Amino acid sequence: MNYGRMRFVTGFLAIPVALYVIYVIAPYAQAFYIAFTDWRGVNANPRLVGLENFQRLFDDNVFWKAVGHNLILLILMPLLTIGIALFFAFLLNAGGRGGTGGVWGSKFYRVVFFFPQVLAVAVVAVLFQQVFRPDRSGMLNAPLIALGFEPVGFLSDTDIALWAILGVLVWQAVGFYVVLFSAGISSIPRDMFEAAAIDGAGGVQLFLRVTLPLLWDTIQVGWVYLGIAALDVFAIVWVMTAEHGGPDHSTTVMAAEIYRNAFQYFKFGYASAMGVVLFFFTIGFAALALRLSRRERIEF
Amino acid sequence: MADAVIPRSRAYARAERRRRLGPLSVLTHVTLVVWTILVAVPIVWTFLASVKSEDEIFGDAWSLPASLRFDNWARAWEQAHVGQYMINSIVVVAGGTFGTMLFGSMAAYVLARYRFRGNRAVYLLFVSGLAFPVYLALTPLFFVVQNMGAIPVIGPFIGLNTHGGLILVYIAYSLPFTVFFLAAFFRTLPGAVAEAAFVDGASHTRVFFRIMLPMAKPGIISVTIFNVLGQWNQYQLPLVLLTSDKEKWVLTQGIADISTAAGYDADWSALFAALSMAILPMLIVYTLFQSQIQKGLTAGALK
Repeated sequence: MNYGRMRFVTGFLAIPVALYVIYVIAPYAQAFYIAFTDWRGVNANPRLVGLENFQRLFDDNVFWKAVGHNLILLILMPLLTIGIALFFAFLLNAGGRGGTGGVWGSKFYRVVFFFPQVLAVAVVAVLFQQVFRPDRSGMLNAPLIALGFEPVGFLSDTDIALWAILGVLVWQAVGFYVVLFSAGISSIPRDMFEAAAIDGAGGVQLFLRVTLPLLWDTIQVGWVYLGIAALDVFAIVWVMTAEHGGPDHSTTVMAAEIYRNAFQYFKFGYASAMGVVLFFFTIGFAALALRLSRRERIEF
Repeated sequence: MADAVIPRSRAYARAERRRRLGPLSVLTHVTLVVWTILVAVPIVWTFLASVKSEDEIFGDAWSLPASLRFDNWARAWEQAHVGQYMINSIVVVAGGTFGTMLFGSMAAYVLARYRFRGNRAVYLLFVSGLAFPVYLALTPLFFVVQNMGAIPVIGPFIGLNTHGGLILVYIAYSLPFTVFFLAAFFRTLPGAVAEAAFVDGASHTRVFFRIMLPMAKPGIISVTIFNVLGQWNQYQLPLVLLTSDKEKWVLTQGIADISTAAGYDADWSALFAALSMAILPMLIVYTLFQSQIQKGLTAGALK
């Protein structure tokens, strides 16, 4: 019996663990090693060069630009997405008459808002590339030109392009968090809203005093998800912008620089060093987010 | 009537009046309608552009097409290879999701319900994969898959520029979430039915496939949806692993390529048609299964 049990456990774990070790664990482990070598596409025998890649990275303006853009997205994307999504989730669940039910048509809104989430980021990137066209064939510029304004270079103006990217990221993400927060709000006992309403709380107070504190755990999860997504932005930048992160590196992000250095310049060692930096950003953010947002848990 | 019967405090009546009369409810609907428009208009606009002529596309963006040119769709399907890309995507996602669910549920079940030395370590090994950025692994992964291609006999099916290789990579990278979610699910299932089956002489394997897997169906469905969408929408991994051979490309690669590589003599109406072709199936599937899809995608965050 025991023998058969052990054989069963080994048999069931063998293939998943093997696949996982070969394709996931081994590459991650190797990446940390490669980051300390001068491996390029041309030399067959990479040498260990210590911290040289990291020193070069320190003086690499383009990489620091990318880090800066990631940090802007890291702060603004969660803030905007969670703010808008909370507002809508509250309206859809507690904004109706009496402050307890959802508004009329709330199910319809939830279905529509969520749809961008199921589209591939690459597809959304091509779609908005057309929406942002710089002349009157662009969806957004056509009405501006018709009203007599100068067309906006959403993707060609170095001061604007990053905001265009932020806009698209928020556009795609909001629906997911509306649904997530809606699920959280609907699990809050209804009598809490009723009790607060009877005590004279208006819509704003209901939101600030009841919904927000009781939803804190879900918001925290959402914040960590969005922050990691902001650090991992790639497809939207690579596909939508000119020169894959341009114009003039005004929209580039860490993931795009890693891909560019590894698969266009074949600087494998250097790209891996960037990957190591990104890894520590991700771990650091997750630890920080969980630490800062720790609060007393409210049981209900 | 009801107002007269139920006694209320003045404060409540005041709050009620404020809510009914206040601008909030009007404002509420306006903001909701505005966001609905923001979501819907770019997509509807793309569908309209997909049946416009080249001149109309370069004209005023908000003009309606003079006639519906469905030949754009035919050109996108044939000459821009969208049909081929879509078939490739279906093959890769079908194989990838099936493998992920089979191996993921096997590993999750054993880790959730069997005690053995190293259980915790293996579980943590899988779950730690949730925190790593995939970009760190790209370079070594490329060479791992390249080396796989050098293995005798099976090599040509799992190396670079093969669907088999991409499927194995998809499975491996989908395991962390799948194992994490399903292990939690298997832990909540009651053990009485399985014990009864063991008493009747059923093997461990039989109990898993015949009893535990069917009992875990709700969780399996959620994770399957999560994986199908995640793998269907994947762009980064095929970009690295299916580089040279255009015939093998998946849909996301194909769509991105039509827009970036085409240049000045691009077939813009076909681009919009291709874009619409990528959106339309998602729209149909989403409309049919929207509540299941919402549950599947948010399942991980709610755990």
